[in-house]
Amino acid sequence: MRKMTKALMGMSSALVLSTAIPGMAKADELTLCWAAWDPANALVELSKDFTAASGTAMKFEFVPWPNFADRILNELNSGGKLCDLLIGDSQWIGGSAENGYYVKLNDFFDKEGIKMSDFAEAAVNAYSTWPKGTPNYWALPAMGDANGWFYRKDWFAKPELQAEFKQKYGRDLGPPQTWDELKQVAEFFTGREIEGQKVYGAAIFTERASEGITMGATSALYPYGFKYEQTAGKYDMDGAVNSPDAVAGLEAYKALYKCCQPPGYTDSYMGEGLDAFKSGQVAMAMNWFAFFPGLYKDEKVGGDKIGFFVNPKQKVAASTLGGQGISVVANTDNLDGALAYIKWFAQPEVQKKWWALGGYAVHNAVLTDPSFKDSQPFAAGFLVAMNQVQDFWQEPSYAILLQAMQKRLHDYVVADQGTAQEALDALVKDWKEIFEDEGKL
Amino acid sequence: MTDAPSTIAERSADMLARSTPASIAVRVRGLSDRVIAWLFITPTIALLLAINIFPLIWAVYLSFTNFRANRPNAEIEGVGLRNYQRVLNDADIWIAMQTTAHFVFWTILLQTVIGFALAYLIDRKFRGHAFWTTVILIPMMLSPAVVGNFWRFLYQPQIGLFNYIVSYFTGIPPSSFEMLGSVTLAPWAIIIVDTWMWTPYVMLICLAGLRSIPDYIYEAAEVDRASAWRQFWSITVPMALPFIMLAVLFRGIENFKMFDMVILLTGGGPGSTTEVASITLKREAFESWLTGRSSAFAIILFVAVFGLANIYVKALNKVKQR
Repeated sequence: MRKMTKALMGMSSALVLSTAIPGMAKADELTLCWAAWDPANALVELSKDFTAASGTAMKFEFVPWPNFADRILNELNSGGKLCDLLIGDSQWIGGSAENGYYVKLNDFFDKEGIKMSDFAEAAVNAYSTWPKGTPNYWALPAMGDANGWFYRKDWFAKPELQAEFKQKYGRDLGPPQTWDELKQVAEFFTGREIEGQKVYGAAIFTERASEGITMGATSALYPYGFKYEQTAGKYDMDGAVNSPDAVAGLEAYKALYKCCQPPGYTDSYMGEGLDAFKSGQVAMAMNWFAFFPGLYKDEKVGGDKIGFFVNPKQKVAASTLGGQGISVVANTDNLDGALAYIKWFAQPEVQKKWWALGGYAVHNAVLTDPSFKDSQPFAAGFLVAMNQVQDFWQEPSYAILLQAMQKRLHDYVVADQGTAQEALDALVKDWKEIFEDEGKL
Repeated sequence: MTDAPSTIAERSADMLARSTPASIAVRVRGLSDRVIAWLFITPTIALLLAINIFPLIWAVYLSFTNFRANRPNAEIEGVGLRNYQRVLNDADIWIAMQTTAHFVFWTILLQTVIGFALAYLIDRKFRGHAFWTTVILIPMMLSPAVVGNFWRFLYQPQIGLFNYIVSYFTGIPPSSFEMLGSVTLAPWAIIIVDTWMWTPYVMLICLAGLRSIPDYIYEAAEVDRASAWRQFWSITVPMALPFIMLAVLFRGIENFKMFDMVILLTGGGPGSTTEVASITLKREAFESWLTGRSSAFAIILFVAVFGLANIYVKALNKVKQR
């Protein structure tokens, strides 16, 4: 009987240990969390060099974009130990810094001689600092990104379409320079039959649940002159968020959606936009630069068939910021290992290889290299975009601010409710209420 | 002197008792029936307290605070009834409640009418009725995630079968309407899917009701020369009514908290057209991280469902007693 008891105790201890082990970080192992997308595969490849140099094994936890924020923010909020390193969205930095989820990196950067001036200024401000623009660093810029456009170069080059377009609009059919031109080109293609298929002008973001329609619509709002505040840091949103320019920008986005979005794309984001383009349904599509290397390599629509352009300007030149910085999670059991990874990743040679593998490095050693602009067909556009990026609120309450904007934009653009002015007025009201709750107004 | 065990169950219990080691038997013999009963139910009660009652009490506590789950280090302050006040004064929440009510009403109506009609047909015991019963039950056996994704494809305006079938019968071009993207059609798209999936469930309960009606009642009605129509309204419907009401209760509670199907089909859109209360609650709790306010909202929903269900159960009992 005693033997049996011992055996049972042994078995239950083994069971408990076997379930506990995955949650315990090993000293020579690091887990890096990020979104599941093309650049993540490039990072896996790149990190093999780190393992070879340090002997530290790398584990990766990649979460699909629609669940990325939910999954990772739950992990941080619950004090989980899943991630040692996190490539988190730029908007999370305020909350993560104030709640103590990220390790402040200033002392580490000073000690290791890592200079933020070695990275593109816009990227540092967006991905590393909180309060925004101050020298308080919570991340190392890891992946520069902005919302851009790609188009069917082979369709644009068709002589009969070129001639028809020139006759109609008095200019060559090419990548649009302004939002007005963008709509004209989109309308020109919508409803045509090309290669035996009815095609549409443009696939744009309309997703409701996470951030899709906000990221899409701000690509129109920013160039039309939308601002979050009249005076930076004052939260005086009336007259900025709902200014006549902002209203015009939102109307332009809705007009593009109404005229030229393929049917059924009422809740579409990155994946759906890529599908629409790859299946030959659309002449143009918006998406993050991060996807461009994969698109260029695509056998069906890549290579000579695809072209890329920066978000068109209107009153001003502007692009919606994407991208992320890499942070050390404060709850890690392997702080030294995580910092060693950051130190390794910040090296110019590693950054060059990162770009070569398909990651968007923002180290000046990469961006100022004379060969950079010609290294990829979208590289020059990336440089332009990164110099004109604007980002959403990075406040600790960014999630609720984002949800309010998602609702107001989707109600107006997709559900066709009310006017642009009413949508933006309601948004100002929502945001004021949120900032009042925060004690900032 | 005790009676010898007669049934198989009694004989099995007797064998089990005899095979119990003497040391344990002595120990158990010292306990009263009441204590043994408590020993058996204690694990269940402990589990119930841990996963149902404690979270409920905790949610009630949180609903009176400003707690936000994404700010664990912030000080938790009591806010009195402010969360309840804000929830009840929030126009968007009332719109979500109206959407939920619309959804619950139409799904229950359709599922009850179609479910009862199917049960009535299946109860006729025609040739192959067992096969058709199985076929009808298939949608109910599928996972809501599978059903949601499956119907998303069916509703796709360019390649979806649903639009092509509508087009075939009406002549309307298939890509000219969007079941999931149109403000007017999207709520009906969800109602159609829910009805497709859960009508078999209602049918099963109704079928149980119909099969519970003794044949001799119909035979007596035949003797009295009651018509089939009269038999239906005077015997079938009243005697199956408690079962129908039970089905309505189950579907009503389920659909009041419907989440998965709506998220998969429309995500609450277009705009907020199909945003039912459970989606609003999820957004408040896990996207906006307004834990205190969302707890208040959850408590209000709980009280509403609990109250309505209780009133309904009382009505059901009255019907059963008739």
